[in-house]
Amino acid sequence: MTPEVRQDLEISNLLETIYKKYGYDFREYSAAHISRRIKNRLILSGISSVAEMERAVIQDKKFAYQVLQDFSITVTEMFRDPGFYLSLRKNIIPLLRTYPFIKVWHAGCSSGEEAYSMAIILHEEGLYERTTIYATDFNQQTLDKARDGIFSNDLMKEYTANYQLAGGKESFSNYYTAHYDHVIMNQHLKKNIVWANHNLVTDSVFAEVHLVLCRNVLIYFERNLQNKVQKLLFDSLINGGILCLGSKEGLRFTDFFEAYWELDKKHRIFKKKY
Amino acid sequence: MTYSAIVIGVSSGGLNALKLLFSMLPAGFSIPVIIVQHLSPRSDGRWINLLNENSKIHVKEADEKEKIQSGTAYVAPPNYHLLIEKTRTLSLSIDERVNYARPSVDVLFESAAEVYQNELIGIVLTGSNSDGAEGLKRIKENGGLTIVQDPADAESAYMPESAIATTKVDYILTLENIIALLIAIDKQMRTVL
Ligand SMILES: C[S@@+](CC[C@H](N)C(=O)[O-])C[C@H]1O[C@@H](n2cnc3c(N)ncnc32)[C@H](O)[C@@H]1O
Repeated sequence: MTPEVRQDLEISNLLETIYKKYGYDFREYSAAHISRRIKNRLILSGISSVAEMERAVIQDKKFAYQVLQDFSITVTEMFRDPGFYLSLRKNIIPLLRTYPFIKVWHAGCSSGEEAYSMAIILHEEGLYERTTIYATDFNQQTLDKARDGIFSNDLMKEYTANYQLAGGKESFSNYYTAHYDHVIMNQHLKKNIVWANHNLVTDSVFAEVHLVLCRNVLIYFERNLQNKVQKLLFDSLINGGILCLGSKEGLRFTDFFEAYWELDKKHRIFKKKY
Repeated sequence: MTYSAIVIGVSSGGLNALKLLFSMLPAGFSIPVIIVQHLSPRSDGRWINLLNENSKIHVKEADEKEKIQSGTAYVAPPNYHLLIEKTRTLSLSIDERVNYARPSVDVLFESAAEVYQNELIGIVLTGSNSDGAEGLKRIKENGGLTIVQDPADAESAYMPESAIATTKVDYILTLENIIALLIAIDKQMRTVL
């Protein structure tokens, strides 16, 4: 057995063990991504092989959750891809306005920056009061951070620039209170956000919504799993509902390419056909 | 020797270097080329179109889960790491910057070395940081061919110098000679087949 074949085998055993023991299913995540994260963890923890890492995962629950953190890439920003939010304001907000109440789902919300960005836009467009935002992730640690709504002050310069490029109508600093090195998002923005733990791979539909944002989550999945999760998103949308993907994600390689109209090709905004 | 892919890492001075590369690669050049060029996260794809217009092989931004094909060059999109899957498809990721860079040359090189082993050519060109040095080392360890632009020939010497300091590379050449070597390797592969 070559070292590469052995390592592939050990990785697949590790993922199998994590699934059986903890219920988190990474078996159809991008292999290149998983392998990279595992190697980083091996170096950081001084563990010598993937097989040994598997034993550590079995014996040490804390270590297992560390590995879960490694696989969940939580890098995010407020108003990431400002052009996308501009398009959302221009093309999607008028559509949402036609509904008496609005439900939005952020699938894979990480530490909440995307959900807060949405709350700000809905507030400025006068729609926030009749909206419920479901913000979900399978990573409880990052979800707790999202709920707290406390971010590093260092980031605000970049977020402010993003906010302005995204068509922001007020001063971004109106939306938080600064305390030395960190800021706290306004209570008002949190009011209609429901934070919940939800795993896109193993959990099912929990609400019918008008708008789904699932951005930069599916890039970590193999095609087959992307397809399964696309079904979940599709089933969660009302007819005529809107799907927003990350700026490098698409529907082409899924069964759902024909199931949507493409509203904005560049910013990956789709409308579910009636 | 059969090579299945060429990976290139390049930073400052890269636009000129890539322009020269793609103006010289002949039609029918078969080995796929996969590139990380450091850029501002907000840069758009216009420079890729420019490269493509002056190239005889197809140059495009890498799409996620895209199959790597012969006669095509793929460039990492700004603000995403580019990785290679065992299935010889492309993956994107937005995890932390590596060497202050996203996309990072090391991330591409390490995943490519794992997939292609000794069927890989790794090239470090002009640039002013040390990204790519570790990755090139990995390519060498896995039996791939390693090439670095002669620092004296590079617009920014630091990236080639770092690569040379980290690995005993196979070739240190001017950019023109690197391109000539690639063309010769590709031609030989095609006549043998
Ligand atoms: C890179 S972040 C994207 C955050 C945000 N949507 C954005 O675009 O900025 C990816 C998030 O997806 C989450 N994720 C990964 N797999 C998941 C799964 N199976 N179920 C739910 N969330 C998942 C990760 O925990 C992480 O927070």
